[in-house]
Amino acid sequence: MSRLLVKGGRVVDPSQGIDRALDVLLEDGKVEKLAPRIPARGAELIEAGGLVVCPGFIDIHTHLREPGREDKETIASGTRAAAAGGFTAVCAMPNTHPVNDTAGITRAIVEKARAEGSVRVYPIGAITRGQLGEELAEFGDLQEAGCVAFSDDGKPVASARMMRRALEYARTFGLVLIDHCEEPTLAEKACMNEGPVSTVLGLRGAPAAGEAIMVERDVLLAELTGGRVHIAHLSAAASLDAVRRGKARGVKVTAEVTPHHLFLTDEAVRETGYDTNTKMNPPLRAEPDRAALIEGLRDGTIDCIATDHAPHTVDDKHVEYDQAAFGIVGLETAVPLCLDRLVGAGLVELSQLVALLSTNPARVLGLAGGTLAPGSPADLTLLDLTKRRTVDPARFESRSRNTPFGGLALRGWPAATIVAGRVAWKAS
Amino acid sequence: MSFPHRHLLGIEPLEPTEILTILDTADALREILDRPIKKVPALRGKTVVNLFYEPSTRTRSSFEIAERVLSADSLSIATAASSVTKGETLLDTARNLEAMNPDMVIMRHASSGAPHMLARHCRFSVVNAGDGAHEHPTQALLDALTMRQKKGRLKGLRVAIVGDILHSRVARSNLWLLTKLGASVVLAGPPTLIPPGFERMAEVTHRIDEAVEGADVVMMLRIQLERMSGGFFPTTREYHRVFGLTEERVRRAKKDVLVMHPGPMNRGVEIASEVADGPYSVILDQVTNGVAVRMAVLYLLLGGSAEAAS
Repeated sequence: MSRLLVKGGRVVDPSQGIDRALDVLLEDGKVEKLAPRIPARGAELIEAGGLVVCPGFIDIHTHLREPGREDKETIASGTRAAAAGGFTAVCAMPNTHPVNDTAGITRAIVEKARAEGSVRVYPIGAITRGQLGEELAEFGDLQEAGCVAFSDDGKPVASARMMRRALEYARTFGLVLIDHCEEPTLAEKACMNEGPVSTVLGLRGAPAAGEAIMVERDVLLAELTGGRVHIAHLSAAASLDAVRRGKARGVKVTAEVTPHHLFLTDEAVRETGYDTNTKMNPPLRAEPDRAALIEGLRDGTIDCIATDHAPHTVDDKHVEYDQAAFGIVGLETAVPLCLDRLVGAGLVELSQLVALLSTNPARVLGLAGGTLAPGSPADLTLLDLTKRRTVDPARFESRSRNTPFGGLALRGWPAATIVAGRVAWKAS
Repeated sequence: MSFPHRHLLGIEPLEPTEILTILDTADALREILDRPIKKVPALRGKTVVNLFYEPSTRTRSSFEIAERVLSADSLSIATAASSVTKGETLLDTARNLEAMNPDMVIMRHASSGAPHMLARHCRFSVVNAGDGAHEHPTQALLDALTMRQKKGRLKGLRVAIVGDILHSRVARSNLWLLTKLGASVVLAGPPTLIPPGFERMAEVTHRIDEAVEGADVVMMLRIQLERMSGGFFPTTREYHRVFGLTEERVRRAKKDVLVMHPGPMNRGVEIASEVADGPYSVILDQVTNGVAVRMAVLYLLLGGSAEAAS
């Protein structure tokens, strides 16, 4: 029987409305109890004085790249990065090589994660075979093998008919579809947000309307079918508005935002002189969009913060801006960015941030966790709200270094990550 | 005369006084081109590489002549004949060049921001000879030099820039330069070819007649015929009828209007032949001034000696 006592911390668990000093006893991979001053009685001790103890953070949007692009990331390195970034679970997007569209691939990911992973890995299956948008993948098989949701992430489900059928069919399994919303004909060859900055830089832009059109469509299709849709990496004010109106009508729609869309705008492309670490899809938007996303966090329209961790090699990034790969790594910067820029800046309460990173992601995808209620998985994230550190990409656990946040001094960092009652990572 | 920049990546980062320094230097150096022996030793011992990833007639020959007149050692790399066709990355090409210790690389590239990458990673000076739809600083400088020669000033001039603003690096560099030096700019073209944001920097109209009205300078931009497939406008015939610069339209401008075009021209599309060849056309003066401006840029960035340039 393994026992771990997390002692002397401030427990913040929005799922139970708890924010006070409590000890947490973990036993056999489950939360045994929360109480003041629990005696150790032979349990292994984690001294959490001065730290915040919360239900483990779950990143519902991670690209682990394995199988296929192990030069960018592996399940081992990606989950080490997750643990070091304060995440106890990640949801692995299916745009690997081959695409995770069959049970065999899902099982391979699950087994590899069990053997080599530092944190839990929940695979997401493809909506369509090969993510080609033509035929549905076998949702039933994929769910049985371990998939927790479906997505063609990296691209949208372009055909409204296909999206409709997928939403309908997914209802059989009670699973959510995660859509990367982008009207493809409005984003052709685009490498940044369309607006005054793309005009000055002479780069091809994708208008925010191209995202919002797809979000509107998905909300309407979810309403039509009764299916559940989750909007990936929402980036535009107009998209947020569509989600807000959908929620008000009772449509089963949820949404996530990434830290980079919360804390950067398209001005970063100009300020960095075309640094390709400012290139991602959806692109960094304009300031009114960014401000709207913060508001969407505060009013509850946005359910989750997700990293869209997208590792790339130097070779994929050290090229001309329009040739560079889309995306940045995020697992090791998301939590400190949010602690510093949201909680530290007084925009979001700590308990709400924990909900956005833990309780809500678990609820959206129907995962165990996101709570410290007795009997739930012993997955905990410990935070040191006073620690100051500078983002140093050279020290990342991830195999990739593509971040625009290098050199940024941030206050508030993860202190330890506990997965299934074992310490997966501890700050040195 | 010292110049505080190591690179010329665009007009946007330049102070008005720095732009004037380049123009004054070009005025001073232009006289060399009229000498029987067109050569001064100002940049003797300096190595300049012309790296052109896009076809160019005017810009490249103009840089090459400027390099020779100033006695720099130069070579031009045509990318079709280089390792680029074997898949070498831009950065690898640049680092290989760097290993040969050139003082300057002049680059034209289809990707906006490509010269910025070179400037960030390499030791040599970088001159942007046109990057994507971003900037073409020496073109704007030679345009300004031409306007200043003919009009005696830039401040207060009304300059109409007409055509495909969206894809034009020339329009962007000119917009920066002219607004920095106090000219007023009006941009005209179909809404499909004017990107968002320019209305903050200049007057924008979709009626060419309005743009040309009372203009001191009308600068026509090339319509790239391949744009038609993008659905930006229905036909070149209609484009010419609605947005082309005809004799009749030129008459709306000031009597002493200058008509400019960065070339190459599509006669009968954005500009009627009789306008291109008309008395107000300074299109060939632009070409001559191009050499002088490029001499000035080379000279200022490479810190040539003043005595040797005289």
